[in-house]
Amino acid sequence: MTDQDTPVQRPLSPHLQVYRLPLLPLMSITHRVTGVGLAFGTLVLAWWLAALATGPGAYDLFIRFMNPLGGLALLGWMIAIAYHFCNGIRHLIWDTGHALDLGSAERAGYLVLVGWLVLSAVMVGSALLFWLS
Amino acid sequence: MAEFTLPRNSKVKKGLHWKVPADKAGESGKTRSFKVYRWNPDTGENPRLDTYDVPVERMGQMVLDALIWIKNNVDSSLTFRRSCREGVCGSCSMNIDGTNTLACTKNLDDVRGDVAVYPLPHRPVVKDLVPDLNQLYSQLASIEPWLKTDSPAPSRERYQSVEDRAKLDGLWECILCFSCSTACPSYWWNGDRYLGPAILLQAYRWLADSRDEATGERLDALEDPFRLYRCHTIMNCTKTCPKGLNPAKAITEIKKMMVERRG
Repeated sequence: MTDQDTPVQRPLSPHLQVYRLPLLPLMSITHRVTGVGLAFGTLVLAWWLAALATGPGAYDLFIRFMNPLGGLALLGWMIAIAYHFCNGIRHLIWDTGHALDLGSAERAGYLVLVGWLVLSAVMVGSALLFWLS
Repeated sequence: MAEFTLPRNSKVKKGLHWKVPADKAGESGKTRSFKVYRWNPDTGENPRLDTYDVPVERMGQMVLDALIWIKNNVDSSLTFRRSCREGVCGSCSMNIDGTNTLACTKNLDDVRGDVAVYPLPHRPVVKDLVPDLNQLYSQLASIEPWLKTDSPAPSRERYQSVEDRAKLDGLWECILCFSCSTACPSYWWNGDRYLGPAILLQAYRWLADSRDEATGERLDALEDPFRLYRCHTIMNCTKTCPKGLNPAKAITEIKKMMVERRG
């Protein structure tokens, strides 16, 4: 039992546990996740370029640090930036006040997904071609 | 900081199974299950998810009809807010089948299988399906939702052209059920400082009013990293609004006004 001296510890109602997340919020979360991933990934990329400019010793250190998963990480970085780029364009359009009704926002979402697949395929495809040749 | 899991006292436990009372059974014997969030402040126990079997002939058309049937016939302790039963008052907003909406306008035919009913998400629970909305009410008061003028009152009403009046369509219809604000992940994580979609739609309703003369003052009050700018266009608000309004659009219009006044 409770009385006035001991305030009730109210529970918090369920949120993520019960909320059904359709396309739009899922794409929003993906934008955030790829954004955070790219922030770290781009630092590694910068290290790569800096090592390349510094000389054989620095470059060797980078290669030893990254192998064997560096190539995979680079592919992941490409897929992430392809998504972040396409969805970023949708966000820019939204910021002008356009395409904010549900129908347009969802159609633009599907367009982003198509653009992402195409851009990823082009980037990953050319990278693989380069490595294999 | 965002807390993705529920605190220990809020974890939902398995609840009771309430079968149809023998004298209330339907003709066909067919039932539909309602999984309903229960929490009683007097017991000190964790919330639980009770299952109520309701005869299909008795459950009515809308989710609210079924809840009222349960309360009248099975378990009078089931607690929820309701009033107009026709989507005008905004009292019976709750999370049904994973989406916030009004129980009185949510058709049972639109829900597949068992009907899951929870209180509006990420709010302190008063009892069962009744959430504590005080934070939202004080945030509404903070944007001063009334006409503000400096010019002396005219002898008659303040005139507004048909075109200017049309700018308020899609804004005045809000019934403050707070389905949108409690559907917004940004509001879940930063609700103490972010105003959320319902309040920002109200803020824009006064910014867009040709008769209001406090636009600059209103924008000043919103120019804050949290109050306005925690909107990330997740669009859950617009997706869930039971009145078909578009808070995401209203928030973007406020952001545009912020940019435009900088010149």
